[in-house]
Amino acid sequence: MLARILSGDRPRSPILTATLLVILFALAFAPFLFSGAQPLNVAAKICVFILLVASYDLLLGYTGIVSFAHTMFFGIGGYGAAIALSRLGPSWSALALGILIAIAVAGALALVIGLFSLRVRAIFFAMITLAVATAFLVLASQLSGFTGGEDGLNYSVPEVLRPSFRLFEQPIVGTAVNGRVVTYYIVFLAALAGFLLLLRVVNSPFGSVLQAIRENEFRAEALGYPVVVYRSIASVVSAMMAALAGVLLALWLRYTGPDTTLSFSIMIDVLLMVVIGGMGTLYGAAIGATLMIIAENYLPALMGKLGAAAAGIPLVSSFLSADRWLLWLGILFILSVYFFPTGIVGKLRTHWQERRNGTAKKRNGARTGEAV
Amino acid sequence: MPDPLLTLEGVHTHIGRYHILQGVDFDVPRGSFTVLLGRNGAGKTTTLRTIMGLWKASQGKIRFAGEDVTVRPTPDIAAAGIAYIPENMSVFSGLTVRENLILAARAGKIDSARLEWIFSLFPAMQRFFGAAAGTLSGGQKQMLAIARALIEPRDLILVDEPTKGLAPAIVANMIKAFREVKNAGATVLLVEQNFMAAKMLGDAVAVMDDGRIVHRGAMAELAADHALQHRLLGLHMDAHQ
Repeated sequence: MLARILSGDRPRSPILTATLLVILFALAFAPFLFSGAQPLNVAAKICVFILLVASYDLLLGYTGIVSFAHTMFFGIGGYGAAIALSRLGPSWSALALGILIAIAVAGALALVIGLFSLRVRAIFFAMITLAVATAFLVLASQLSGFTGGEDGLNYSVPEVLRPSFRLFEQPIVGTAVNGRVVTYYIVFLAALAGFLLLLRVVNSPFGSVLQAIRENEFRAEALGYPVVVYRSIASVVSAMMAALAGVLLALWLRYTGPDTTLSFSIMIDVLLMVVIGGMGTLYGAAIGATLMIIAENYLPALMGKLGAAAAGIPLVSSFLSADRWLLWLGILFILSVYFFPTGIVGKLRTHWQERRNGTAKKRNGARTGEAV
Repeated sequence: MPDPLLTLEGVHTHIGRYHILQGVDFDVPRGSFTVLLGRNGAGKTTTLRTIMGLWKASQGKIRFAGEDVTVRPTPDIAAAGIAYIPENMSVFSGLTVRENLILAARAGKIDSARLEWIFSLFPAMQRFFGAAAGTLSGGQKQMLAIARALIEPRDLILVDEPTKGLAPAIVANMIKAFREVKNAGATVLLVEQNFMAAKMLGDAVAVMDDGRIVHRGAMAELAADHALQHRLLGLHMDAHQ
């Protein structure tokens, strides 16, 4: 049953399995495990970014396509929901229409970019996507009447999703189940469903073709697979999932602007999350997104405390100051790439495989000894 | 003489500014095992890649089963019934052996009788059927590359130096497997540097030099004529004893 849910793609490392279970448990019960607004905000962002990073890994890790337009599709999702809710009012039908249009536009745009650009060499494709994404960012900032410009859009969500709404009269395990909690579970379940769908895609025969194309596109063509068609389909699926992640963020924040969805720094974050977690392993997306978002949210506070503790030591205190958190995040990234070149998931899987092979060799050696 | 399944007429191929194939003419009779011989750099691999459409012919015609496939895209040529086994143990290392085979089966699933036949050609494959292709030895990778081309019946199999870099025992096993494939009636165009292997398998032979065919005929004739071998291939008597 579990194997079917995971499409036969088990974590293949006890430490990885345990880590993923901890993440899943923490995210599934976040409203009841942590108090205050920030932990729930962090948990919701983790859910959104797991889906966004997993969808990017379908492109980069499984298909070998380097694209800088992924946040554009994320933004299309966010703006789709935002424009529909702000123009048509806070109703479910407006939200559904916004989601459908956003996902369809993201898919169509990805198809057009793919069919026109995936024939060129990887570096040119990357440059084309960068140009398109930059143009979209400028467009979103300039069309202020439609997108809210630099200020973005604030909007209301359907009543059930508002903080004032109460699903139950009495608190459950000490937590009032209000509209925020309902929204959180929509975000969590949609992200989980999207992640499992992507897991199904990469472990299907289609996923095998993508991996074959990544390894050697000529060889894949010689087996009868039209590379441009497969790459374009992968781009479309990836873009639609990124748009879904954008919708979820828009629902959670009740605000959509260029800085929250379209900025280049988000694209860099997504790249780092894929690399830290491990390219070509969707579980890497879960690990990378969780680590990065926790670090981004809690590292400044941790650094502040450490800086205060080391207040008397001249050079150390300035290095541990809360303002230096980005420097430490950079150092953590360099260390993770140095020690885990195949990402955390790749390293954990290799370590477990080597340990199993070592045990098997020892056992065989002992048997040979007995026979002699 | 059976009708030709594949015909190359005056095929030229340019790669960048290099003019590699300079008017290649030969044909592969249906049901035959044709060997393409020649020294390094003669254009043998380019010929196979041009047939597959991986490099486009700049001039000339390639006909397969009576149809002009010169400008067809590679996937269409593969779908028309040509399997290609490139050199250098070309497997998809990130996939398992089973996934590599499924990838080559156009129906998306493996025919069990066909798989049994492949296991009879390469019994060792049963042991590493579930392993990742990247973890296999050179000989095992080559078995997998060949098995991928055999996983379903193809009209023509193009094979590029299958014995290159393999230990003699594995080469012997490979030759045995190709004999079985030949006995099953497959049409094969084999590029080979190992003349012993070529001699044991080939019905017909074409010899290339400087991007042209310089000799065509029956393999038995070339095998019996040592002076011709020496002239065409630079082989001495002791090289093929």
